[in-house]
Amino acid sequence: MSKEWPLWEVFIRSQHGLAHKHVGSLHAPDADMALNNARDVYTRRNEGVSIWVVRAADIVASSPFDKAALFEPANSKVYRHPTFFPMPEEVKNL
Amino acid sequence: MDAKCEAKCAYLLRLGDNALVLSQRLSELCGKGPALEEDMALTNVALDLLGQARLWFTHAGELENRGRDEDALAYLRDAHDFRNLLLVEQPNGNYAHTLVRQFFFDTWHYFQVGALTQSSDQRIAGIAEKSLKEITYHLRRSGDLVVRLGDGTALSHAYTQTAVDELWMYTGEAFNYDEIDLQMVAQGIAPAAEGLRAQWLAHVGDILAEATITMPPPDAWMQKGGKAGRHTEHLGYLLAEMQFLQRAYPGATW
Repeated sequence: MSKEWPLWEVFIRSQHGLAHKHVGSLHAPDADMALNNARDVYTRRNEGVSIWVVRAADIVASSPFDKAALFEPANSKVYRHPTFFPMPEEVKNL
Repeated sequence: MDAKCEAKCAYLLRLGDNALVLSQRLSELCGKGPALEEDMALTNVALDLLGQARLWFTHAGELENRGRDEDALAYLRDAHDFRNLLLVEQPNGNYAHTLVRQFFFDTWHYFQVGALTQSSDQRIAGIAEKSLKEITYHLRRSGDLVVRLGDGTALSHAYTQTAVDELWMYTGEAFNYDEIDLQMVAQGIAPAAEGLRAQWLAHVGDILAEATITMPPPDAWMQKGGKAGRHTEHLGYLLAEMQFLQRAYPGATW
Protein backbone atom coordinates (compact mmCIF):
# COMPACT_ATOMS: atom_id res chain seq x y z
CA MET A 1 0.00 0.00 0.00
CA SER A 2 2.81 2.42 0.75
CA LYS A 3 3.81 2.34 -2.92
CA GLU A 4 0.39 2.86 -4.49
CA TRP A 5 -1.06 4.98 -1.73
CA PRO A 6 1.62 7.49 -0.75
CA LEU A 7 1.42 9.58 2.38
CA TRP A 8 -0.07 13.09 2.21
CA GLU A 9 0.15 15.83 4.80
CA VAL A 10 -3.04 17.75 5.42
CA PHE A 11 -3.33 21.45 6.28
CA ILE A 12 -6.68 22.97 7.12
CA ARG A 13 -7.87 26.51 7.63
CA SER A 14 -11.01 26.48 9.75
CA GLN A 15 -13.94 28.76 9.15
CA HIS A 16 -12.60 31.66 11.21
CA GLY A 17 -8.98 30.59 11.16
CA LEU A 18 -6.28 32.91 9.85
CA ALA A 19 -3.88 30.35 8.50
CA HIS A 20 -3.70 26.74 7.43
CA LYS A 21 -2.63 24.46 10.24
CA HIS A 22 -1.14 21.03 9.91
CA VAL A 23 -3.73 18.58 11.21
CA GLY A 24 -2.36 15.19 10.26
CA SER A 25 -1.66 12.88 7.40
CA LEU A 26 -3.39 10.24 5.33
CA HIS A 27 -2.85 7.85 2.45
CA ALA A 28 -4.34 8.43 -0.99
CA PRO A 29 -3.45 7.44 -4.57
CA ASP A 30 -3.54 11.01 -5.90
CA ALA A 31 -4.20 14.62 -4.95
CA ASP A 32 -7.91 14.60 -5.74
CA MET A 33 -8.57 11.63 -3.56
CA ALA A 34 -6.30 13.04 -0.87
CA LEU A 35 -8.56 16.11 -0.82
CA ASN A 36 -11.72 14.02 -0.63
CA ASN A 37 -10.24 11.85 2.08
CA ALA A 38 -9.00 14.83 4.06
CA ARG A 39 -12.50 16.20 3.98
CA ASP A 40 -13.92 12.96 5.33
CA VAL A 41 -11.22 12.29 7.87
CA TYR A 42 -10.37 15.73 9.21
CA THR A 43 -13.16 18.23 8.63
CA ARG A 44 -16.37 16.29 9.18
CA ARG A 45 -17.46 18.61 6.42
CA ASN A 46 -17.66 21.94 8.17
CA GLU A 47 -18.48 24.56 5.63
CA GLY A 48 -16.05 27.34 4.83
CA VAL A 49 -12.86 25.42 5.38
CA SER A 50 -9.91 25.36 3.06
CA ILE A 51 -7.80 22.26 2.69
CA TRP A 52 -4.26 21.90 1.40
CA VAL A 53 -2.76 18.50 0.75
CA VAL A 54 0.92 18.02 0.08
CA ARG A 55 2.71 14.83 -0.72
CA ALA A 56 4.79 14.04 2.36
CA ALA A 57 7.76 13.33 0.06
CA ASP A 58 7.66 16.97 -1.13
CA ILE A 59 8.21 18.39 2.33
CA VAL A 60 11.76 19.15 3.37
CA ALA A 61 12.26 19.28 7.12
CA SER A 62 15.08 20.80 9.09
CA SER A 63 17.30 18.35 10.84
CA PRO A 64 17.35 18.20 14.65
CA PHE A 65 21.16 18.12 14.43
CA ASP A 66 21.15 21.57 12.83
CA LYS A 67 19.24 23.04 15.72
CA ALA A 68 22.20 24.85 17.20
CA ALA A 69 23.40 26.23 13.89
CA LEU A 70 19.99 27.37 12.76
CA PHE A 71 18.35 28.77 15.86
CA GLU A 72 20.74 29.47 18.67
CA PRO A 73 22.68 32.47 17.29
CA ALA A 74 19.47 34.49 17.47
CA ASN A 75 19.20 34.05 21.22
CA SER A 76 22.51 35.77 21.92
CA LYS A 77 21.52 38.92 20.03
CA VAL A 78 18.64 40.55 21.83
CA TYR A 79 18.38 43.31 19.21
CA ARG A 80 17.01 40.70 16.84
CA HIS A 81 13.90 40.33 18.94
CA PRO A 82 11.27 42.98 18.41
CA THR A 83 10.54 43.29 22.12
CA PHE A 84 11.62 46.89 22.68
CA PHE A 85 8.72 48.51 20.88
CA PRO A 86 5.56 49.36 22.77
CA MET A 87 2.64 47.99 20.75
CA PRO A 88 -0.59 49.98 20.43
CA GLU A 89 -3.56 48.35 22.20
CA GLU A 90 -5.47 48.05 18.92
CA VAL A 91 -2.98 45.74 17.30
CA LYS A 92 -3.99 42.19 17.90
CA ASN A 93 -2.72 38.87 16.62
CA LEU A 94 0.94 39.75 16.85
CA MET B 1 -56.54 11.83 7.16
CA ASP B 2 -57.67 12.87 3.68
CA ALA B 3 -56.55 11.23 0.48
CA LYS B 4 -54.27 14.11 -0.44
CA CYS B 5 -52.34 13.74 2.80
CA GLU B 6 -52.22 9.97 2.42
CA ALA B 7 -50.42 10.24 -0.90
CA LYS B 8 -47.97 12.75 0.51
CA CYS B 9 -47.24 10.53 3.52
CA ALA B 10 -46.64 7.58 1.24
CA TYR B 11 -44.31 9.71 -0.87
CA LEU B 12 -42.36 10.88 2.19
CA LEU B 13 -42.02 7.30 3.39
CA ARG B 14 -40.49 6.32 0.06
CA LEU B 15 -37.90 9.06 0.40
CA GLY B 16 -37.16 8.07 3.98
CA ASP B 17 -37.01 4.34 3.24
CA ASN B 18 -34.53 4.82 0.40
CA ALA B 19 -32.19 6.74 2.67
CA LEU B 20 -32.64 4.39 5.63
CA VAL B 21 -32.11 1.12 3.78
CA LEU B 22 -29.07 2.36 1.88
CA SER B 23 -27.65 3.78 5.10
CA GLN B 24 -28.07 0.36 6.73
CA ARG B 25 -26.29 -1.32 3.80
CA LEU B 26 -23.36 1.10 3.97
CA SER B 27 -23.13 0.68 7.74
CA GLU B 28 -22.50 -3.03 7.20
CA LEU B 29 -19.16 -2.03 5.67
CA CYS B 30 -17.95 -0.16 8.75
CA GLY B 31 -14.46 -1.45 9.46
CA LYS B 32 -14.40 -3.42 6.20
CA GLY B 33 -13.58 -0.70 3.67
CA PRO B 34 -10.60 -1.32 1.36
CA ALA B 35 -8.66 1.50 3.04
CA LEU B 36 -9.09 3.51 6.22
CA GLU B 37 -10.03 6.59 4.22
CA GLU B 38 -12.66 4.72 2.21
CA ASP B 39 -14.04 3.28 5.41
CA MET B 40 -14.51 6.77 6.84
CA ALA B 41 -16.05 8.05 3.65
CA LEU B 42 -18.57 5.21 3.42
CA THR B 43 -19.68 5.64 6.99
CA ASN B 44 -19.91 9.40 6.51
CA VAL B 45 -22.28 8.81 3.61
CA ALA B 46 -24.23 6.31 5.73
CA LEU B 47 -24.59 8.93 8.48
CA ASP B 48 -25.72 11.58 6.00
CA LEU B 49 -28.39 9.25 4.65
CA LEU B 50 -29.54 8.29 8.13
CA GLY B 51 -29.94 11.96 9.01
CA GLN B 52 -32.01 12.47 5.88
CA ALA B 53 -34.18 9.44 6.66
CA ARG B 54 -34.89 10.89 10.10
CA LEU B 55 -36.03 14.19 8.59
CA TRP B 56 -38.38 12.51 6.10
CA PHE B 57 -39.76 10.11 8.71
CA THR B 58 -40.36 12.78 11.30
CA HIS B 59 -42.27 14.84 8.76
CA ALA B 60 -44.24 11.81 7.55
CA GLY B 61 -45.09 10.82 11.14
CA GLU B 62 -46.36 14.29 11.99
CA LEU B 63 -48.37 14.51 8.81
CA GLU B 64 -50.09 11.14 9.12
CA ASN B 65 -50.83 11.93 12.78
CA ARG B 66 -51.09 8.31 13.89
CA GLY B 67 -48.61 8.58 16.71
CA ARG B 68 -45.72 7.02 14.76
CA ASP B 69 -42.41 8.78 15.23
CA GLU B 70 -39.17 8.19 13.32
CA ASP B 71 -38.32 5.14 15.46
CA ALA B 72 -41.72 3.53 14.97
CA LEU B 73 -41.45 4.03 11.22
CA ALA B 74 -37.93 2.60 11.05
CA TYR B 75 -38.23 -0.28 13.49
CA LEU B 76 -41.86 -1.35 13.61
CA ARG B 77 -42.72 -1.85 9.96
CA ASP B 78 -42.16 -5.13 8.17
CA ALA B 79 -40.73 -5.60 4.66
CA HIS B 80 -44.09 -5.27 2.87
CA ASP B 81 -44.58 -1.86 4.51
CA PHE B 82 -41.25 -0.58 3.28
CA ARG B 83 -41.37 1.52 0.13
CA ASN B 84 -37.72 1.83 -0.85
CA LEU B 85 -36.41 1.26 -4.36
CA LEU B 86 -35.18 -2.28 -4.98
CA LEU B 87 -31.78 -0.83 -5.92
CA VAL B 88 -30.87 0.28 -2.39
CA GLU B 89 -31.65 -3.06 -0.72
CA GLN B 90 -29.27 -4.99 -2.98
CA PRO B 91 -26.36 -6.58 -1.08
CA ASN B 92 -23.02 -4.80 -0.93
CA GLY B 93 -21.29 -7.51 -2.98
CA ASN B 94 -17.75 -6.51 -3.87
CA TYR B 95 -16.56 -2.92 -3.75
CA ALA B 96 -17.48 -2.28 -7.38
CA HIS B 97 -21.04 -3.43 -6.60
CA THR B 98 -21.24 -1.12 -3.62
CA LEU B 99 -19.96 1.86 -5.58
CA VAL B 100 -21.99 1.28 -8.72
CA ARG B 101 -25.14 0.91 -6.61
CA GLN B 102 -24.17 4.11 -4.82
CA PHE B 103 -23.48 5.93 -8.06
CA PHE B 104 -26.80 4.90 -9.66
CA PHE B 105 -28.65 5.95 -6.52
CA ASP B 106 -26.71 9.17 -5.95
CA THR B 107 -27.37 10.31 -9.50
CA TRP B 108 -31.12 9.80 -9.11
CA HIS B 109 -31.05 11.23 -5.60
CA TYR B 110 -29.19 14.34 -6.73
CA PHE B 111 -31.62 15.24 -9.50
CA GLN B 112 -34.67 14.14 -7.51
CA VAL B 113 -33.83 16.07 -4.34
CA GLY B 114 -32.52 18.95 -6.43
CA ALA B 115 -35.97 19.21 -8.01
CA LEU B 116 -37.63 18.87 -4.60
CA THR B 117 -35.93 22.10 -3.48
CA GLN B 118 -38.42 23.77 -5.86
CA SER B 119 -41.33 21.85 -4.34
CA SER B 120 -44.61 23.67 -3.66
CA ASP B 121 -44.45 22.15 -0.16
CA GLN B 122 -42.24 24.40 1.96
CA ARG B 123 -41.26 21.73 4.47
CA ILE B 124 -40.23 19.29 1.74
CA ALA B 125 -38.30 22.03 -0.04
CA GLY B 126 -36.52 22.81 3.23
CA ILE B 127 -35.47 19.22 3.88
CA ALA B 128 -34.38 18.90 0.26
CA GLU B 129 -32.28 22.05 0.53
CA LYS B 130 -30.47 20.67 3.56
CA SER B 131 -29.95 17.22 2.05
CA LEU B 132 -28.81 18.40 -1.35
CA LYS B 133 -25.46 19.65 -0.04
CA GLU B 134 -24.65 16.18 1.25
CA ILE B 135 -25.94 14.45 -1.86
CA THR B 136 -23.86 16.68 -4.11
CA TYR B 137 -20.78 15.36 -2.36
CA HIS B 138 -21.99 11.75 -2.48
CA LEU B 139 -22.47 12.00 -6.22
CA ARG B 140 -19.08 13.55 -6.82
CA ARG B 141 -17.41 10.86 -4.77
CA SER B 142 -19.18 7.82 -6.17
CA GLY B 143 -18.84 9.09 -9.77
CA ASP B 144 -15.13 9.66 -9.25
CA LEU B 145 -14.62 6.17 -7.86
CA VAL B 146 -16.63 4.48 -10.61
CA VAL B 147 -14.31 6.13 -13.15
CA ARG B 148 -11.26 5.04 -11.16
CA LEU B 149 -12.43 1.43 -10.99
CA GLY B 150 -13.78 1.23 -14.53
CA ASP B 151 -10.72 2.88 -16.01
CA GLY B 152 -8.35 1.15 -13.60
CA THR B 153 -6.88 -2.31 -14.08
CA ALA B 154 -8.34 -5.03 -16.32
CA LEU B 155 -9.67 -6.74 -13.22
CA SER B 156 -11.31 -3.66 -11.69
CA HIS B 157 -12.80 -2.87 -15.10
CA ALA B 158 -14.33 -6.33 -15.31
CA TYR B 159 -15.78 -6.11 -11.80
CA THR B 160 -17.25 -2.70 -12.53
CA GLN B 161 -18.80 -3.80 -15.83
CA THR B 162 -20.35 -6.81 -14.10
CA ALA B 163 -21.76 -4.63 -11.33
CA VAL B 164 -23.27 -2.23 -13.87
CA ASP B 165 -24.82 -5.10 -15.84
CA GLU B 166 -26.23 -6.77 -12.74
CA LEU B 167 -27.66 -3.67 -11.11
CA TRP B 168 -29.01 -2.10 -14.30
CA MET B 169 -32.44 -3.73 -14.05
CA TYR B 170 -33.05 -1.95 -10.74
CA THR B 171 -32.48 1.53 -12.16
CA GLY B 172 -35.79 1.97 -14.00
CA GLU B 173 -38.08 1.72 -11.00
CA ALA B 174 -37.49 5.28 -9.82
CA PHE B 175 -38.89 6.64 -13.08
CA ASN B 176 -41.84 4.26 -13.23
CA TYR B 177 -44.49 6.56 -11.75
CA ASP B 178 -47.57 5.18 -10.05
CA GLU B 179 -50.71 6.91 -8.76
CA ILE B 180 -48.90 8.39 -5.73
CA ASP B 181 -46.05 9.83 -7.79
CA LEU B 182 -48.47 11.30 -10.32
CA GLN B 183 -50.51 12.97 -7.58
CA MET B 184 -47.32 14.52 -6.22
CA VAL B 185 -46.42 15.81 -9.66
CA ALA B 186 -49.94 17.19 -10.13
CA GLN B 187 -49.67 19.08 -6.84
CA GLY B 188 -46.32 20.56 -7.80
CA ILE B 189 -44.62 18.72 -4.98
CA ALA B 190 -42.47 16.32 -6.99
CA PRO B 191 -40.76 16.51 -10.39
CA ALA B 192 -42.04 14.67 -13.47
CA ALA B 193 -40.44 11.36 -14.44
CA GLU B 194 -39.38 12.17 -18.00
CA GLY B 195 -37.13 15.07 -17.12
CA LEU B 196 -35.52 13.19 -14.25
CA ARG B 197 -34.88 10.14 -16.38
CA ALA B 198 -33.25 12.22 -19.11
CA GLN B 199 -30.96 13.86 -16.55
CA TRP B 200 -30.14 10.51 -14.97
CA LEU B 201 -29.32 8.85 -18.28
CA ALA B 202 -27.19 11.79 -19.41
CA HIS B 203 -25.07 11.87 -16.25
CA VAL B 204 -24.75 8.09 -15.90
CA GLY B 205 -23.88 7.90 -19.61
CA ASP B 206 -21.13 10.50 -19.22
CA ILE B 207 -19.54 8.86 -16.22
CA LEU B 208 -19.74 5.32 -17.62
CA ALA B 209 -18.18 6.53 -20.87
CA GLU B 210 -15.34 8.13 -18.92
CA ALA B 211 -15.00 4.88 -16.96
CA THR B 212 -14.74 2.97 -20.27
CA ILE B 213 -17.77 0.94 -19.20
CA THR B 214 -20.41 -0.13 -21.71
CA MET B 215 -23.79 1.27 -20.72
CA PRO B 216 -26.63 -1.26 -20.95
CA PRO B 217 -29.59 -0.22 -23.16
CA PRO B 218 -31.89 2.32 -21.44
CA ASP B 219 -34.96 0.47 -22.74
CA ALA B 220 -33.88 -2.83 -21.17
CA TRP B 221 -36.44 -4.67 -19.04
CA MET B 222 -36.64 -3.17 -15.58
CA GLN B 223 -37.50 -4.78 -12.26
CA LYS B 224 -40.08 -3.02 -10.11
CA GLY B 225 -42.14 -3.51 -6.93
CA GLY B 226 -40.23 -1.80 -4.13
CA LYS B 227 -42.40 1.29 -4.19
CA ALA B 228 -45.47 -0.93 -3.70
CA GLY B 229 -43.92 -3.04 -0.91
CA ARG B 230 -42.91 -6.01 -3.09
CA HIS B 231 -39.24 -6.50 -2.42
CA THR B 232 -36.38 -8.77 -3.38
CA GLU B 233 -35.49 -11.52 -0.91
CA HIS B 234 -32.74 -9.35 0.56
CA LEU B 235 -34.83 -6.81 2.47
CA GLY B 236 -36.27 -9.24 5.02
CA TYR B 237 -32.83 -10.24 6.24
CA LEU B 238 -31.70 -6.63 6.39
CA LEU B 239 -34.71 -5.67 8.51
CA ALA B 240 -34.40 -8.73 10.77
CA GLU B 241 -30.95 -7.54 11.71
CA MET B 242 -31.82 -3.86 11.91
CA GLN B 243 -34.99 -4.29 13.95
CA PHE B 244 -33.95 -7.13 16.25
CA LEU B 245 -33.47 -5.15 19.44
CA GLN B 246 -36.67 -3.14 19.10
CA ARG B 247 -38.63 -6.35 18.44
CA ALA B 248 -37.04 -8.14 21.41
CA TYR B 249 -37.56 -5.24 23.81
CA PRO B 250 -40.45 -3.24 22.39
CA GLY B 251 -40.97 0.25 23.70
CA ALA B 252 -37.57 0.49 25.36
CA THR B 253 -36.13 4.00 25.50
CA TRP B 254 -32.58 4.51 24.21
